[in-house]
Amino acid sequence: MSAIQPKIGEPVSDELALVQAAKGGDVEAFEKLVRRYDRNVFRIAQHITQNREDAEDVVQDAFLKAYSNLHQFQGQSKFYTWLVRIAVNEALMRLRRRRPERMVSLDEDVKTEEDSLPREVADWSPNPEQQYNQAELREILTRTIQGLPASFRTVFVLRDVEGLSTEETAEALDLSIPAVKSRLLRARLQLRERLSRFFQRRENGKEKLELEKLQSEAEMPDNEKPETGDTKQ
Amino acid sequence: MKCADFLSELTNYLDGAIDARTKTELEDHLAWCHNCYVVCDTTKKTIEIYRDSKLYELPEDLRTRLRTAIVSKCHSRKKSGPERV
Repeated sequence: MSAIQPKIGEPVSDELALVQAAKGGDVEAFEKLVRRYDRNVFRIAQHITQNREDAEDVVQDAFLKAYSNLHQFQGQSKFYTWLVRIAVNEALMRLRRRRPERMVSLDEDVKTEEDSLPREVADWSPNPEQQYNQAELREILTRTIQGLPASFRTVFVLRDVEGLSTEETAEALDLSIPAVKSRLLRARLQLRERLSRFFQRRENGKEKLELEKLQSEAEMPDNEKPETGDTKQ
Repeated sequence: MKCADFLSELTNYLDGAIDARTKTELEDHLAWCHNCYVVCDTTKKTIEIYRDSKLYELPEDLRTRLRTAIVSKCHSRKKSGPERV
């Protein structure tokens, strides 16, 4: 079995020059950095806050904070890693504000019963995602990842969705490398276990029953329902 | 190697962040342990599905609106001098 191929990022050779120009007050140079990373910041923010409006605010506030604090960026890390760190902090602040009843911290090291050996070891269908249409698949993936604790979700999104290295993720989240690795392993295993419910090999037609169950679970009171972001478009 | 040992190395294995000797040991285990093979394979699929999923794409009109707001605020901050946060 081969290792996962990392996503190949855009070339960033001109990045330091853009940052330098922006430090000197060149707003057009900063706008180029916004264009380069706004989609990533939006995705990360929405994964953390689980709320479309909060994610929009995070995009604006993170870039403005970065602009105002460019003089503090020393160039030891990539600009993107530095920006992600700002965005994650803004997103967590909004998540805490929206859910003051729940302690939200990246330091939480949540132990769950899913942490031991996976129980569900049934194999998946050869092309599991093709059993569902795009909207169904998006609903399954969104609700599944929303069920993870914020600390696991954030590490998974930075490492596996956005393609940051373990070191960059540790730096962006102010965590140690072993802590990133431990959360990543548990996030991956928990997602795998939860997705097995939808993707495992079974008789034709039966997989849709699980989707119906997911949809009926979603019919809970509004204040408990996580926002998918798709409902507001 | 026990299944628990395999699992604790799973993330390093999938990321290709292990030495050749550990890799051989893990692959020897995978060759006979069907459960670990399935866990490893479906964990890899989980990562690939999320990576390719395009969840939370930023719509182009919203993107333009956000960028315009950011740039306009940058211009007004420039006039009022750098802000110390």
